[in-house]
Amino acid sequence: MTIDRKGFLRLTGLGAAAWAAGKFAAGFPGRRAETPNGEAGRAPRRWALVVDSRKCRQSRDCDLCIRACTRAHNIPEIGDPRHEIRWIRKATFQEAFVSDPRDSANERFRDLPLVVLCNHCDRPPCVRVCPVQATWKRDDGIVMMDEHRCIGCRYCMAACPYGSRSFNFVDPRPFIRELSSGYPTRTRGVVEKCSFCVERLDGGGLPACVEACESKALVFGDLDDPGSAVRAAVSGNFTLRRKAELGTGPEVYYIV
Amino acid sequence: MPPDRIGIIAGLVLFAGLITVPFWYGLVSGVPREAPPLVLPAPGKPCVAPVDYMKRSHMKLLDEWRTLSVRGGTRRYFSADGREFAISLSGTCLQQCHTDKAGFCDRCHETNGVAAPRCFDCHVDPGLIRNSAAQGARTGGSHDD
Repeated sequence: MTIDRKGFLRLTGLGAAAWAAGKFAAGFPGRRAETPNGEAGRAPRRWALVVDSRKCRQSRDCDLCIRACTRAHNIPEIGDPRHEIRWIRKATFQEAFVSDPRDSANERFRDLPLVVLCNHCDRPPCVRVCPVQATWKRDDGIVMMDEHRCIGCRYCMAACPYGSRSFNFVDPRPFIRELSSGYPTRTRGVVEKCSFCVERLDGGGLPACVEACESKALVFGDLDDPGSAVRAAVSGNFTLRRKAELGTGPEVYYIV
Repeated sequence: MPPDRIGIIAGLVLFAGLITVPFWYGLVSGVPREAPPLVLPAPGKPCVAPVDYMKRSHMKLLDEWRTLSVRGGTRRYFSADGREFAISLSGTCLQQCHTDKAGFCDRCHETNGVAAPRCFDCHVDPGLIRNSAAQGARTGGSHDD
């Protein structure tokens, strides 16, 4: 069989068009094979947390959310502030929102108690710098951490403008007050942080801190869902986000 | 036959003998080659996958579970014969069937000299908690909080 120049060009063009059409069609989510063990079918969402500090400050000594988190994730209580592991912690308004030491908040606000945690940013700087993709952003907006893969370089800690990540300088096991088999502990040499309790969300539950809060100061939900409580809280109140000017797109909102 | 060739062949034979020492030493010294006595789960509880597969490839299954749950956000697993399991080393494998980690995981790994990947540095053996709870009850210690 012989082929002339025109025929060759025509066939090449047709082939390229067929390949492109295949690629295009494969791009539609409906075409993806559904398997019970696959991840197909999970709708992308935008998980967000609203901290209503008006309710939070009514009981200054309350640490129910922090204790629930500590219990749920086998978080060690090391005591030494240099080695402390914290997923959620208390901070004053001044600490959380005033980043320039020359500024200071109004006296009325300065010492207001808040809780701070990972902001699960829309554009997380920690994810950009991780050299081994041990941390990444899920479709539902959660900035996830795979401690299996973490090499402990701590670039993510340097990149996070919120100090939301902790490094295991020591073996955490001996410092866990109440060891539970419900969640893995970590080892020395990995970074960890709040995960919005993905293990609970994947099972249809709420984050442990939200569930534990008795004064309902923590509202959690899908910000893309117009009927959700977080959406109502964010659209019905004046809210602040920590260091939003950096462009990280934090997903934890504060009502002050 | 030139003398060089004899030397080279003798050297090769000696070399081959030396580097295979572990194999024939194992055969000669009479170290038992049977499986160690394992503490097996109660009969009638079929494993996630056929036993033969689990013996050879449990690490592949666990690796797949890790990818599915951590990377994929899927915490349910459907076995080949359609049964559903929660993807959890502590909660499914150890909690429901292999309740004696020392008598199952550790014993086989130790006998075969296979250093375990350090699963249990992080994943908590529920037996550890049962034991400490039992100890606490014996010594009269209480777990409030």
